[in-house]
Amino acid sequence: MRARLAIASAVTALTVLATAVPAVACGGLVGENGTIQLERTTTLAAYHDGVEHYVTSFQFSGEGQAVGSIIPLPGVPSVVERGGDWTLQRLEREVAPPVSNQFAAAEATAAPRSDATVLYQTTIDALDITILQGGGTEVGKWAIDNGFLLTPDAPEVLDYYSQRSPIFMAARFDAAAAEARGQDSGDGTPIELTIPTDRPWVPLRILGLGLDADRPVQADVFLLTDNRPQLLAGSHGLELKRSEPANQQLLDDLRSDKNMDWVPSSEWFTYLAVNAKAGDLKYDLATSVDSSQRPMARDAGFTTHDLSLGRAPVPVPDPSAMAWWQWPVAVLMVGVAAIGLVIVFRRRPSWWRA
Amino acid sequence: MVASMRASRRRWLPAVAVALAAGTVLGAGQLIGHSAPSSAASDMLGPGDVTVTLTIHHSHFDLSTIHVAPGTTVRFVVDNQDPINHELIVGDAEVQRIHELGTEAVHPPRPGEVSVPALTTAETTFYFADPGSVMYACHLPGHFRYGMSGYVDVGT
Repeated sequence: MRARLAIASAVTALTVLATAVPAVACGGLVGENGTIQLERTTTLAAYHDGVEHYVTSFQFSGEGQAVGSIIPLPGVPSVVERGGDWTLQRLEREVAPPVSNQFAAAEATAAPRSDATVLYQTTIDALDITILQGGGTEVGKWAIDNGFLLTPDAPEVLDYYSQRSPIFMAARFDAAAAEARGQDSGDGTPIELTIPTDRPWVPLRILGLGLDADRPVQADVFLLTDNRPQLLAGSHGLELKRSEPANQQLLDDLRSDKNMDWVPSSEWFTYLAVNAKAGDLKYDLATSVDSSQRPMARDAGFTTHDLSLGRAPVPVPDPSAMAWWQWPVAVLMVGVAAIGLVIVFRRRPSWWRA
Repeated sequence: MVASMRASRRRWLPAVAVALAAGTVLGAGQLIGHSAPSSAASDMLGPGDVTVTLTIHHSHFDLSTIHVAPGTTVRFVVDNQDPINHELIVGDAEVQRIHELGTEAVHPPRPGEVSVPALTTAETTFYFADPGSVMYACHLPGHFRYGMSGYVDVGT
């Protein structure tokens, strides 16, 4: 059984935009006049008693009418509401210097359906939020029909995620609505979703959507777990920066924000940095906080076909943990030391015996 | 917006130029770099009227090379299995360059040029008169550099 899990992550989101003429720009995002950009999508997902609290923030800049994003989710949200105002910033501050990007968590639920189904729609500030269920093709078609422009790699990436979780969140930023609200360019809008799920994983591949293969992807991933998590990545490119008990001040700060009273009193804090080329970032991050259950290769983005070809995920190296070869070396050194002490004791001088 | 598109496309012009140059240089012989056995139609088609079905999946053509005889009219049936729009442009380097730089979002009926909306099938025909190599590609923004191109090898 998996213990409670909280994942705080940062995601540079996905796709798209609403525009009559397609164009390509930073991160696959372009506004109607080519200047609107998704600055950053920050996400906090917390797993507690079978429910994940998922907080993400959309931050755009530039000029234009509309731009959007699609993010895979681990399950169907039961609540979609405005999130706290500074939770994500507090997490970023915890690992100063401030992070540039963040990640989301997702997991398989039901089998893909023949058509994308709109499960829920709401508007939060200048964001039109739609929760979708469907296969990659169906969700992509829905996005196109609703004015989103998908980059050429989007069909493959949507299929990749829909095989594990057919749930997506589409968010469209309405620049005109933002202006009417007095929202300035660069202001973030936090969104919180409450999602029942039992196997969280962190999508990383999505960060490279729309990017050229040689373009670097740099992002930060935060995990808050009841126990020290086991981590499994599809390949190299993840560096474990922090792995330690979360300090009480951080937990207290997070808990005091709007809708954040679910934050437990004791958690394990993990911070990973992503630094990989977009063309190499074809995997996700699988996690487990149950010592008896290893993270699943499938959650790292591996199919049975991949595994049959000999492709395998790799554990994320933990610099604070002892390497496998260090254990027998340590045991050997202790043994030698013990033997040495015995010899010394037996040959001790007469004055010592007295 | 147009300026932005032009700027975006201009960045990839060198890649297109190199690809087109390669096609020109290799025009009289076999193509290299696009001859994966599983994605090449090995049999020479024509002369006369023939039909070639090109399937698009995950923004890639299923055939990277097609062999035809001089004097062949190919009816291309393009099956777009993706949820996004694509197009098929068949023509020489100048045609490809124009489309890579162009702003025509949807192409009218024109030999060798057809827009293929998401999850639909479209057709176009093209007459291959002389030996050489002719490229086919999708020039919607970002699609060409993502790998949406192939060659028709017009043999003897």
